[in-house]
Amino acid sequence: MPASHRTRQVLRYLPVLPAAVLLLVFLAGPVLWAFHASLTNAGLTGRHARNPEWVGLDNYQRLLQDPVLPLSLALTVLFVAGSAILGQNVLGLALAVLMRRARPVVSATVGTAVVAAWVLPEIVAAFAAYAFFSRDGTLNQLLGRLGVPETDWLYTVPMAAVILANVWRGTAFSMLVYRSALSGVPGELTEAAQMDGAGAWQRLAFITLPVIRGSIATNLMLVTLQTLAVFTLIWVMTAGGPANGSTTLPVMAYQEAFKFGDIGYGTAVATVLILIGAVFGAAYLRLLREQRP
Amino acid sequence: MFRRASKTLSVVAAAVMVLAACTPADPAGGNRTIKVAYQKTDSFTALDTMFQNAKKEFEAANQGVTIELQPIQANDDDYGTKLALALRSPSTAPDVFYEDTFKVRSDVDAGYLLNLDSRLSGWGDWNTFDAGAKEAGKADDGGTYAVPLGTDTRAIWYNKKVFEAAGIGLPWRPSSWQDILDTARKIKASQPDVIPFNMYAGKGTGEGSVMQGFYELLYGTGAGLYDQDSKKWVVGSAGFKDSLTFLETLYGEKLAVPPAEALDPNIWKKVFGEWFPKAKLGATVEGSYAPSFWQDGGSYAWPGYGQDMAVAPFPTQTGAEPGAVSMSGGWTLALGAETKQPDLAFNFLTTALNAKNSLAFTVDSSQIAVRTDVAADPGYQSANPFVKDVSSLVAVTRYRPATSDYPRISAAVQEATEAVITGSRTPEQAAADYDTAVAGIVGGDKTIRK
Repeated sequence: MPASHRTRQVLRYLPVLPAAVLLLVFLAGPVLWAFHASLTNAGLTGRHARNPEWVGLDNYQRLLQDPVLPLSLALTVLFVAGSAILGQNVLGLALAVLMRRARPVVSATVGTAVVAAWVLPEIVAAFAAYAFFSRDGTLNQLLGRLGVPETDWLYTVPMAAVILANVWRGTAFSMLVYRSALSGVPGELTEAAQMDGAGAWQRLAFITLPVIRGSIATNLMLVTLQTLAVFTLIWVMTAGGPANGSTTLPVMAYQEAFKFGDIGYGTAVATVLILIGAVFGAAYLRLLREQRP
Repeated sequence: MFRRASKTLSVVAAAVMVLAACTPADPAGGNRTIKVAYQKTDSFTALDTMFQNAKKEFEAANQGVTIELQPIQANDDDYGTKLALALRSPSTAPDVFYEDTFKVRSDVDAGYLLNLDSRLSGWGDWNTFDAGAKEAGKADDGGTYAVPLGTDTRAIWYNKKVFEAAGIGLPWRPSSWQDILDTARKIKASQPDVIPFNMYAGKGTGEGSVMQGFYELLYGTGAGLYDQDSKKWVVGSAGFKDSLTFLETLYGEKLAVPPAEALDPNIWKKVFGEWFPKAKLGATVEGSYAPSFWQDGGSYAWPGYGQDMAVAPFPTQTGAEPGAVSMSGGWTLALGAETKQPDLAFNFLTTALNAKNSLAFTVDSSQIAVRTDVAADPGYQSANPFVKDVSSLVAVTRYRPATSDYPRISAAVQEATEAVITGSRTPEQAAADYDTAVAGIVGGDKTIRK
């Protein structure tokens, strides 16, 4: 290979270099750091704060025996399945389908209302949701007018409350993805199906959904990963309580690392979270690859 | 031609971005800057005022020195976390900072704090500090690493209107836990819509649940959390179960708030801002700083608090000596171990804590004075009607075992109280869970059955 050709090939990668460096520094770096920290007894304070010792897999062994871990894993799966896969994804698709048929005014109003929750900063959305569900909150006031007795939603059904709040906050993303996907479905295809006598449901199930399958997988992957990382919303609404009743993995990791100052153990929890994210990500990627010819 | 230009451009861009990622920020303003980190919230601005004044005073006396104030907006828990994160790296560590007394020991272990012994011996004012309060700044090696700003005690605050309406003789001074329950039952019988006796519990109120609640009970039984002689954590004590049983009775008979409300992290705002001023609450266990909320300019200003409120010591379980229990904490100022100009930083610390600034801060934030000259000042003694009562509790007060395991132990205690008030565990079960948790945290060989 002539030298000039090789130089040209190297140079071809140069424009990608800044992005690659940034990714390494800001994404892979922290991930590797967290994994390294999870193999030490690093603390926020105390003897091990500045000079942590290598403890191997001790933190993971302790994690396996932690009674909070199974609960936390189950709650995390429940949260992701309930608020992302079912809630945001299905509701987003439903809204997108309905908005195509609605009058422009209705569609614009609904779209604005849904997107409004999404553009709020997470902390503001979290406080809004807290104000809605809390004891003197809007929900109880509305139900009170209908004669329903006051309930402490955040105390009796903390998971349902945070799942609904996350659906409210995140549905706009799925809705936007599906709106653009639906506009890409060829009109002649659905028309042809209609001519053949397919009903609305049949057209959705056999024409529209298969055509936008790629968007569905992409959307599922993105909302799953976003939801896995949700922390502020839960922390503000319930702080993981009562009695760990809404302690998902990010909340558990935060508590261990920063409330109890046990950074080694906290990062071990975070590593488990990263692994779960990787499993979901791989599954969706596979789904995406299969549909390509 | 165009292609080459774009290539060159991308090489330059790449180089710039790599450099930007690697070059440390230029140290701001050379090395004559003292960084000061402290806590500031909407309801706690006294410290900010003190540092603003000290900054003016110090900069006027020391030309060319800049005091860079870095107030951190956070509650106590989050402030501790943010400060510890800043202290982890010498490049972000402040030179002077506000430090909780119960973090001093573990932060000294971490190497965050500078030993002040040689400097304090040259500071004339150090002799005016109360000997007990000086202990709070000492580490396990016997050296002093922090200078106390003030301390606090805990007592029962009660609303005289509610008590009068229930026909209870004033001044009220309960002599045992039974007295408290009897009084609360009387209030409930006479005024069904009043909360008779509030005691924080559960994880919602965090450290407040144990400092203004469980420990007043536990230390009044003769038991404790930690055995100082053997340096082991106490498990299996009758006092622990009795204390949980008291909470079970209080919440079970609805003499306190409903459990769902007790777990709301914001309940203290209702106690100070709503229930006491509206005579909706009989009594609560709270800190000596309570008047700071009600004083003119406080977050729940209430001109009538001096007439309506009264204070009583929290009794021991059966009235055994010394008859009352209180818990103390308090905050200090410390210097970063790796400060580049320790002398300048120490001089600023002494300016911030001189007699004038200490007095203003102590009065502003309803602290208990740690300097004898401040304590003797008429301005301090007349700061609010309760200074004398709460200051006298220093004689019976206790401090938390400030080891680095403590935050986790405290969380286990909070969990036990939460399990009991919500009725998910009996006091026996919750105490057994606590014992298991403690053994798991510190290791079985560091526990002692008492």
